[in-house]
Amino acid sequence: MAARDQHGSEAPWDQGFRVIGKENRKVDGMAKATGEAIYTDDIQLPGMLHAKMLRSPHAHARILSIDTSKAEALPGVIGVLVGAELPVRYGVIPWTPDETALAVDKVRFIGDEVAAVAALDEDTANAAIRLIEVEYEILESILDAEKALITPEPPIHEDRKRRDNISKHVELEFGDVEAQVSSADIVVEEDYSFHSTTHAAMEPHCAVAVANSDGRLTLWSSTQITHYVHRALARVLQLDPARIRVIQPCLGGGFGGKSDPFSLEFVVAQLAIKTGRPVKMLWTREEVFYAHRGRHPMKMHYRTTAKADGTITGVDAKLLIDGGAYSSFGLVTTYYSGQLLTGPYDFPNYRFDSTRVFTNRPPNGPKRGHGSVQPRFAFEVQLDEIAQRLNIDPIEIRRRNFLGAHTETVNGQRITSNGFLECLQEVEAASDWKARHGKLPHGRGIGVAGSMYISGTNYPVYPNKMPQAGVQLKIDRSGLVTVFTGGNDIGQGSNSMVAYLVAEELGIQPSHIKVIAADTDLCPVDLGAYSSRVTFMVGNAAIDAARKLRHKLVEAVAVAWDVAQKDVRFMDGTVVDLSAAARSMTHVEAFHLAEEMFDTLGSTGAYNTPTLGGDYRGGTIGSAPAYSFTAHVAEVEVDTETGRITVHKVWAAHDCGRALNPMIVRGQIEGSTYMGAAEVVLESHDLNRFGLHAGPSLLDYRIPTAVDTPELAARIIESIDPEGPFGAKEAGEGPLHSTIPAIANAVFDAVGIRLRHLPFTPAKVLAALRAKEEQA
Amino acid sequence: MLRLPKFEVKNPATVEEAVAMMMEIHGEARFLAGGTDLNPNMKHGLFTPERIVALGGIEEMFGVGFDESGNARIGAMVTLAQVEQHPDLRRAFPALCQAAKLVSSPQLRNMGTLGGNVMLDTRCQWYNQTYFWRNALGYCLKKDGSKCHVIEGGSKCVAAASNDTAPALMTLNAELEFATTSGRVRMPLADLWQADGIWNKKIPHTDLLVALHVPKPAAGSRGAYGKLRDRGSIDFPLFGIAVRLDFAADGSISDAALCAVALQARPWPLKKAAELLIGTHPGQASFNDAVEKVAMLAAKQCRPMPNIPGDHEYRHLMVPVYTRRTLHAAAAGEGPVHHI
Ligand SMILES: Cc1cc2nc3c(=O)[nH]c(=O)nc-3n(C[C@H](O)[C@H](O)[C@H](O)COP(=O)(O)OP(=O)(O)OC[C@H]3O[C@@H](n4cnc5c(N)ncnc54)[C@H](O)[C@@H]3O)c2cc1C
Ligand code: SF4
Repeated sequence: MAARDQHGSEAPWDQGFRVIGKENRKVDGMAKATGEAIYTDDIQLPGMLHAKMLRSPHAHARILSIDTSKAEALPGVIGVLVGAELPVRYGVIPWTPDETALAVDKVRFIGDEVAAVAALDEDTANAAIRLIEVEYEILESILDAEKALITPEPPIHEDRKRRDNISKHVELEFGDVEAQVSSADIVVEEDYSFHSTTHAAMEPHCAVAVANSDGRLTLWSSTQITHYVHRALARVLQLDPARIRVIQPCLGGGFGGKSDPFSLEFVVAQLAIKTGRPVKMLWTREEVFYAHRGRHPMKMHYRTTAKADGTITGVDAKLLIDGGAYSSFGLVTTYYSGQLLTGPYDFPNYRFDSTRVFTNRPPNGPKRGHGSVQPRFAFEVQLDEIAQRLNIDPIEIRRRNFLGAHTETVNGQRITSNGFLECLQEVEAASDWKARHGKLPHGRGIGVAGSMYISGTNYPVYPNKMPQAGVQLKIDRSGLVTVFTGGNDIGQGSNSMVAYLVAEELGIQPSHIKVIAADTDLCPVDLGAYSSRVTFMVGNAAIDAARKLRHKLVEAVAVAWDVAQKDVRFMDGTVVDLSAAARSMTHVEAFHLAEEMFDTLGSTGAYNTPTLGGDYRGGTIGSAPAYSFTAHVAEVEVDTETGRITVHKVWAAHDCGRALNPMIVRGQIEGSTYMGAAEVVLESHDLNRFGLHAGPSLLDYRIPTAVDTPELAARIIESIDPEGPFGAKEAGEGPLHSTIPAIANAVFDAVGIRLRHLPFTPAKVLAALRAKEEQA
Repeated sequence: MLRLPKFEVKNPATVEEAVAMMMEIHGEARFLAGGTDLNPNMKHGLFTPERIVALGGIEEMFGVGFDESGNARIGAMVTLAQVEQHPDLRRAFPALCQAAKLVSSPQLRNMGTLGGNVMLDTRCQWYNQTYFWRNALGYCLKKDGSKCHVIEGGSKCVAAASNDTAPALMTLNAELEFATTSGRVRMPLADLWQADGIWNKKIPHTDLLVALHVPKPAAGSRGAYGKLRDRGSIDFPLFGIAVRLDFAADGSISDAALCAVALQARPWPLKKAAELLIGTHPGQASFNDAVEKVAMLAAKQCRPMPNIPGDHEYRHLMVPVYTRRTLHAAAAGEGPVHHI
């Protein structure tokens, strides 16, 4: 298998890169800009019904009975569905299947799905769900993670082996942290907390299903992981997966919020089967807030020991993770909360003890920087404090603790390329750090932070030895190359990335590449858009497939010209003979020659990670074939009278390996940094005292508008990874992490207060300023 | 997407027709200006009118004009964007134009009208929510329920007047021209309000606001508007304060007016506080001292409640800060006072 093949990070033809590294247009850029792009909600089918969801008004309750007779009797209602009809449990992580398409016996948060109606139009469906009568026995609800940790009663999930509200507990120690305390020159120990935030993707979740008379089911869904939806549908609907087709149309943003299989996907599928008509469900913005799967709130305790020169000797962490009502990716989150902190700095000794609990809140899941943004915030603020107390420049302390390239972390993660020092240097220079840190007028400050993130994970959520990414190429006599990939383009540009790679490898122009993606009938399996894996894995699979094809093309031309294969060069769609300068042909002619010689042309390519990870339980979770690195410097102004923090500018330097398209990489760095800044000063996914979402709308959930957005200076650092596709790593999630602590550390530089509990509301800033004054 | 309820739409060509159309049906009818408040509220099930009387075809309700004495007449259908950008209005009534400029977002200001802003429904975090949400809550006094969640055990709704232009218009002594079934009525804006968040106006919702009359400002009058909110755009005020300062020939303040909003059901004039400014000279200690006193008094008189989203104690801390800053801005001929 191609899995462990190394394709090399250099240009495939010795003429330098022709496509890679250039600011090419996205393959779907025009379609999106003009409105031609088809999103799931754009799909209209003859006879299509519209479905709506009845949701729980209670945070925790037992369902005693559901009476749908009035809804069924409403003219225009064609189908009604309740949980008992789809009782099979699922979960994106196969070890923790604790969700059902609709609540079967219990509801676990306000907004949990209870029943669904398909009707001729949306208004009828809305009217019908109000006619469904549900009798509940209200149970005590647990809204607080601390409480969930200590109270087994009432259990939010019954019939588990554990009789408590603990979703997952992981404790791992590498080295001996306790032993460092007595010998350390400095010990800093503090509490930190990260609040709840959500993805707020532009497109709300939507799904459309058709069940054909021959027993085939097609689902179009705004998912970031077609393959897992495919598997979950087969399981819950108890259908042969060969009869299910899942297609992801154009997607309006995911950020992790479309990674789980969602209730609406099962519901439209089952309603389509039940009614024999196509069924669509489009969630309202409010419903998206309930579906959530956003950033896990964490309460974090960190103790770091260091020598007088700033060298870290040990890090000890205890984390309490609020999981919300369901497991979702929680098993992974719990590991990630500890496993991903062990770079870019060398931790000789490290321990973490992470506990994820269930609460009656909208379920938490993966949000950009899954599981590691919160610990990163805490640790980077703690590191800044160590630097300050030891009187070491905050950038210098980060340099001194640099882990290095081609090495291993304390928890056994293999590190390949590592451009962290260059990232630090870049932001240091760009922000004029030396002249400005600690020297700006009171109220203004700059702060630094660094981070690392996975470029894919070698942990497929269900155990199997098959490739993690597959790509198939098909050649047409017109000169068009069609690429089939299971990869999910969720706006990050993965389809474009695949087109660039194949064009580069074949020496043709990207305009001759067409990408068909995320359709389970047509495309080889890919595990989906999560864990920043698509560029690395699908990219390698694409090169693998293209390289095989290229060998055939070159051979056919070499035979026709009677020259050595090394003298055949494909360049921007023209094939030239290096031994006789005047001779050339088009790539179309070359395709014809190859088809004559080899018959119908195509190829497949695949990628699988090498064996990675420490030799202990959970050692593979968080181990990636490569890691990206980031450094941020943020500049803030604090109004000491209003407490408001204004983030003026953020410099973000990100090591993405090779930038396959610098424009798209910069877009990802800017988008990540924007999102991180938003989590510090504005966004909060809050519940009120009744367990109701405090404001499930884009008016009350304050995402920054254009005028609230800091100036963003994105800088690309290219460390060129030996195993990445042409040396590339990830850029989609890493550059979020250190934004947050960089802002926190800038606030300290500006006004001398250490803020450790997000979000930094003006009220908290004022309180901290007042506390500081009182101390003085 | 949230769905609008079903209703019929009428398009009157005159003010009289509009009023008649409101009265001729038994069920509820509502005027629709820019729709930027009414549409979301209908989607939330807060209003379910059988009939919408759309005001876009009534010529009399458009346009800005000044009479020979310099008094302004602003049609109720003039958009907030037009108010914000009108050169004569900006010169005469800076606080009004600054307030208009800080309403929601550019798109909404292109649709939203000045009349709609004055007539805006009051707002509350327990009320401006979807039907599902309010049902899960068990509703509240203002709509479909019997309890208030802001003042537990309270019998009166204290939802907040949240219209940015109202306090500015109050400091300018604006008058409203209504068309009613019994003809035209003119009333000072200050007399419009009542302390009831369910309906904070003394006139019924079937009276049509035709135009606003704003008297000519005193020579050299200045004004400013200050607005506290989370974001630099879109958000309703968490606290708003409008200021007008008139000046005598010697540069001392001859008259002053202050009015706050986003507190409770009606805009909140700060008369006593304003009086402290009279006779003081901006640029001199007397003014600065008076400003501090006004800020303290404002903090006493303005008590934000947990009706609108956000931390009401923080909003209270900001009352003196925004009051002080807005007074200084007005005196300097600057403003608005806003964090961006
Ligand atoms: C996201 C968002 C943010 C917003 N932010 C702000 C903000 O920051 N500050 C702010 O003040 N407002 C804000 N608004 C509210 C609204 O946009 C403005 O208040 C606008 O001025 C309302 O005017 P309109 O013409 O759209 O009113 P409409 O929605 O058409 O009407 C509002 C109400 O007044 C009645 N009405 C309208 N015209 C008349 C008339 N001539 N006579 C009698 N009754 C009438 C209607 O029946 C309705 O009840 C916001 C709205 C949204 C959706
Ligand atoms: S103040 Fe708010 S909660 Fe109380 S009755 Fe009015 S709208 Fe309802």
